[in-house]
Amino acid sequence: MSESYCKDSCCETVVEAVNEQNVPSVSTNLELRDVMGAIKVRCGIGRMNYKVEPGLYAVGKPNCDSLVLVSGNYKLTFDILRKNLVGMNCWLLILDTQGVNVWCAAGKKLFSTDELVNRIEITQLSKIVSHRKLILPQLGAPAIDAFQVSRRTGFSVTFGPVRANDIQLFVANGFEVTKEMRLVKFNFVDRLVLTPVELVNAVKKSLPIMGVLLATNQFAKRPFTKRDVAAYARVVLTGSVLTPLLLPYIPGKAFAWKGWLLGAGWTAFSLCKNKGFTKGSKVMSAGQMLLLPAVSSYLAMNFTGSSTYTSASGVEKEMRIALPLIIGAGSVGAALMLGSHLFGKGK
Amino acid sequence: MIASARHRHLKNVTTLSLDIDKCVGCGACQVVCPHGVFEMGEGKIVLADKDACIECGACALNCPAKALAVKPGVGCASAIIKGWITKSEPSCDC
Ligand code: SF4
Ligand code: SF4
Repeated sequence: MSESYCKDSCCETVVEAVNEQNVPSVSTNLELRDVMGAIKVRCGIGRMNYKVEPGLYAVGKPNCDSLVLVSGNYKLTFDILRKNLVGMNCWLLILDTQGVNVWCAAGKKLFSTDELVNRIEITQLSKIVSHRKLILPQLGAPAIDAFQVSRRTGFSVTFGPVRANDIQLFVANGFEVTKEMRLVKFNFVDRLVLTPVELVNAVKKSLPIMGVLLATNQFAKRPFTKRDVAAYARVVLTGSVLTPLLLPYIPGKAFAWKGWLLGAGWTAFSLCKNKGFTKGSKVMSAGQMLLLPAVSSYLAMNFTGSSTYTSASGVEKEMRIALPLIIGAGSVGAALMLGSHLFGKGK
Repeated sequence: MIASARHRHLKNVTTLSLDIDKCVGCGACQVVCPHGVFEMGEGKIVLADKDACIECGACALNCPAKALAVKPGVGCASAIIKGWITKSEPSCDC
C-alpha cells in the first residue's frame, strides 16, 4: 500500500486512534530470544504459556487503507507470521486463542466467529481502517463462519493461504489463493519439528517405570542390564521419532501398525544378534518381543494427534482395533518379562 | 492433491456428506478445505477426494446452502482416549 494512496485526513484519524489505543508496532525481525523461545516450546517446555497480548498491532507504517491480517496469540504463530511480513505495511488483529495455534484453536472454538467479532469491537477496528476487509488464515475456517462475521460486523472475510510464507505472494496475486496454497502439507521438516515434544513426553512417562525396575534389580534373579535399557530406549525412539519421520515410507495406513512394524523389526533384529532366543532366557526374550513393539505402536498411534491428515473417525477406527492388541500384547509381554526378571534364571 | 497424495489414513470413514440438490455451486467449501476434497463440477460441487477429509468442519460451517454435513472432531488418539475416560467430547491439548 503506497502512502500516496492515503488521504491526509484519514491518516490523521488513524494516528489519533493509534495513539489513543496504544497500538504497538511489531518488528519483522526475530531476535535471539524469539528463536530460543521457539526451540524451547518445540521441546515441550512452557508450551502452554507462550502467548502475546491479543489486540491490534502495526507492522511497518500502516494507514487506513492497509490490510488487516487476523491470527491467534500463540507466540510461535505470531513470530512466524511477522517474520513473513518483511517490507509490508499492515495491521495484525490478534485474537485471544489462549496461546494455542490457529488450527487447534479453531478445533477448540477459541479462534471463532464470536472471538473475532468481539475483538473487532474491542479494538474499534472500524475507526482505524476505512475498508471493510479481513484476511484470515484458512486454517481458522473450521470455526469462522464468514457470512456471520460479515452480517455482524460489516467486515468481509477472505481466507488467505495456509502457510504464512505464502502471504506476500497471495497479496501480490491480488488476493488469489492458488490450489497449492490451500493444501495442508506434512513434509519431513514439518514432522521433524514435532518429534522433540513426542520424545520428551515418552521419556517422562518411561522414567518412573525404569526406576522401579532397576530398583528391583537388587533381589531379582535375572537383573535388567544395560542392554535391556537400550532395547527399551530404541523402541521409544522408534515410536516417537523414527516412525513419524519415516511415516509415508512405512507400508500400511494405520499409525499403530507402522509403529509396531518398525519396533518389532528392530527388537527381533537385536534379539537375534544378541542370541536372546538361544543363549538368553527364552521367557524374557518372548516378553520383550511382545512388549517392546507394543510400546512403539502406542507411541506412534499418539502421533495421529500431531499429524495433519487424520480424521476423528479414522483415528477412532484405528484405535478400536489397535488398542486392545497393544494392551493385550503389552500386558502378556510385561508379565513374562517380570516373571523372568524376578524368578527366572540365566541372562 | 499431489502434495497430500502420499499421506493416507483409513478409507471410507469420514462422516462428510453432500446434499447435491441443495448445492448452489458457490465454491466456498473448496476455498476452506485444507485437503483438496472438493472440485467444482458443472454448477455443482463434486466430492473429488472424499477419503482425504479430516472432519475439520470448515466446509459445513461455511456452506451458505447447508448442503454439507460432517461431524467435526479431532483426529488425535490421546484426545479420544481422554474423551472415552471422561465420557466427554474429545478435545486435544495441543
Ligand atoms: S470437513 Fe474439512 S477436510 Fe473434510 S471436506 Fe470439509 S473442509 Fe475438507
Ligand atoms: S459451499 Fe455449499 S453451496 Fe457452495 S459449492 Fe460448496 S456445497 Fe455447494
